[in-house]
Amino acid sequence: MSSSFHVAHHFSDAEQQRESAKLGMWVFLLTEILLFGGVFVAYAVFRVWYPDMFYNAHKALDVTMGTVNTAVLIVSSLTVALGIREIQLGRQKQCTRYLLATIVLACVFLVIKYFEYAHKIHLGQLPGKFYTFDGIAGTNPHVFFSIYFLLTGIHAFHILIGISLLTWVMIKNMKGHFSAQYFTPVEITGLYWHLVDLIWIFLFPLLYLIG
Amino acid sequence: MNANPSTVSYLEDKKGIWNWLTTVDHKKIGLMYLVLILGSFLVGGILAMLVRLELISPGEDFYSADTYNRFFTMHGVVMIFLFIIPSIPAALGNFVLPLMVGAKDVAFPRLNLASWYVYVVGLLLAFWALLYGGVDTGWTFYTPYSSEIQGPVAMIGLAVFILGFSSILTGLNFIVTIHKLRLPGITWFNMPLFLWGMYATAIIQILATPVIGITMVLLLFERLSGIGIFDPSMGGDPVLFQHFFWFYSHPAVYIMILPAMAIVSELISTFSHKKIFGYKAIAYSSVAIALISFLVWGHHMFTSGQSRFAAMVFSFLTFGVAIPSAIKVFNWLATLYKGSISLETPMLYGLSFLFLFTIGGLTGLFLGTLAVDVHLHDTYFVVAHFHYVMFGGTVVAFIGGLHYWWPKMVGKMFNETWGKIGAVLVFLGFNFTFMPQFIAGFRGMPRRYYTYGEEFTVYNVLSSLGAFLLGIAFVIVGINLVMSLINGKKASKNPWKSLSLEWETQTPPITENFEVDPVITHGPYDYDKVEVQ
Repeated sequence: MSSSFHVAHHFSDAEQQRESAKLGMWVFLLTEILLFGGVFVAYAVFRVWYPDMFYNAHKALDVTMGTVNTAVLIVSSLTVALGIREIQLGRQKQCTRYLLATIVLACVFLVIKYFEYAHKIHLGQLPGKFYTFDGIAGTNPHVFFSIYFLLTGIHAFHILIGISLLTWVMIKNMKGHFSAQYFTPVEITGLYWHLVDLIWIFLFPLLYLIG
Repeated sequence: MNANPSTVSYLEDKKGIWNWLTTVDHKKIGLMYLVLILGSFLVGGILAMLVRLELISPGEDFYSADTYNRFFTMHGVVMIFLFIIPSIPAALGNFVLPLMVGAKDVAFPRLNLASWYVYVVGLLLAFWALLYGGVDTGWTFYTPYSSEIQGPVAMIGLAVFILGFSSILTGLNFIVTIHKLRLPGITWFNMPLFLWGMYATAIIQILATPVIGITMVLLLFERLSGIGIFDPSMGGDPVLFQHFFWFYSHPAVYIMILPAMAIVSELISTFSHKKIFGYKAIAYSSVAIALISFLVWGHHMFTSGQSRFAAMVFSFLTFGVAIPSAIKVFNWLATLYKGSISLETPMLYGLSFLFLFTIGGLTGLFLGTLAVDVHLHDTYFVVAHFHYVMFGGTVVAFIGGLHYWWPKMVGKMFNETWGKIGAVLVFLGFNFTFMPQFIAGFRGMPRRYYTYGEEFTVYNVLSSLGAFLLGIAFVIVGINLVMSLINGKKASKNPWKSLSLEWETQTPPITENFEVDPVITHGPYDYDKVEVQ
């Protein structure tokens, strides 16, 4: 395969194109951090305002499910990294397998999250004016659940986008679009997926492990 | 000019509506942005005229207080989110930036087209909300009022969120293009200062815009599902909304002014036919402004009950951001010194900018001073200051830049005499409109009311008459530019005798920008070394 494989007309070579795509994704990831940053700031403000309530309310979360989900996402980061490694070595089939494993793990995460949400909805541990649960001591416990649902909800939305992107690159890979010479979409989708995992690594202790 | 396909200009290449709507050519996308942005400017301008019409005398003249509130709110929303923020980067920047780095396009052409469509969606939503009656929250959407009132607040919030995406995509494209697509020979300190300004702007677009995004998402949830985090009656914090809002919206005023400064650096050097003075100082000061701009948002909230210590720190940092701005002004003045200045239309706008931005910047220091701000907060002094910076600064530079690159964009020269008349009238009309507002504000006239005390009548009559003069000035500018398309003289390759790279390609450029990659033999400001043909 020639070195000009898949190089768009305005790039001088494949290397410049790959570097540009990677830089673009890194810059985009910065915007994601700032987006979540807003809700993290809200978390910090209300935790300082209502420290006792936050402590009491966090007990309503299921630490076991949270821990399992953390493990699921960390393993999914490993599988996507291995997938990139395989395509760099030109092994398309193995790459497809690892991408599929990542997608399955992402779905497992969402299923567990679904059970957590269903339980809370059942109990009425809901944001703001929908909060009907009676059993958490402290001021304004609905604020905790507003923050909880915002953070985990926006995160789950990013998982969904991640699943779509991973599926898209997996299908392209199965059609033979990628090779050891050209694998940029796999690589930058992997970058995105790592960030989604990383944000969860922060969410988990902040919400589930308040001491 | 021969009919060789390689010299067919981008305007002649692939005609037809469908080709425009699916183009990935940065020049066409820039023009498509320009059309919508100027349309938004017209709508925002009409709303401004309606505001000034009501204020021509005290009391209720033409419409109710409620209608007035909707007019000034929609004026702000349209002008800020649909016009000024995208104006220079998305329209002029899109056109010029790849030419200046010697590239064939921006790094991600399809993303560039996507950003235009995202902008269109935001624009349609905003105008739909406007036709739906608009909102009366002010462009700042402060909670809890904005989360409780009737009206299409959610729609406008969504529009702002979507428009933010468009802005982010433009910024992302510019950062990667400047980093990765510069021709060999165009180094960081050998590229036009316009690019430094665009780069600094893009940094803010990337780092600040997501915060307004999440703020609008939270406001939407607040309205639609009552999460209560901005609602004091539910244990939430309305001041948190203000922090979020200004964490974006203060840096956002630098998204608006940095591109203007970027244009002025080009205008001053080109029309003084002299090497720009203090290249590195101007370049670094752009980046310094971008960074410091993130640390001053609290100066909008001196009267919102933040801690005194925080207010003092924000006040101090606000003075800090004035330093790099002043550095630029001094460097531009030094560039003018002993230059061979030619007063063509773009340069008139450039000089207007120097004058008006300096007034706008200095009055900003009044407002950044804690004790003085308590007196001036929410008066017409703030309105005047803001317009001196945003209109006297950004809009004047935008129109100047538009005249400057117009020949390159459309291949026609505008009428120079009418161009000059327009520039002078804009300058006069602007000062007529906003100078009296400083005095009215200083004497205590509050902003955002449809009426005022009798003692402020003279300032308001002057201001309203000035606004109508300004309106006429823009009609002249608009007609002149449109007429140039019809019967303008054909523009030469380099009508202003500039050394910058965008003038080395043919006018208008070919789709691929340059027939062959240009060889860089001189810097963009080497007027002391190179004779321009």
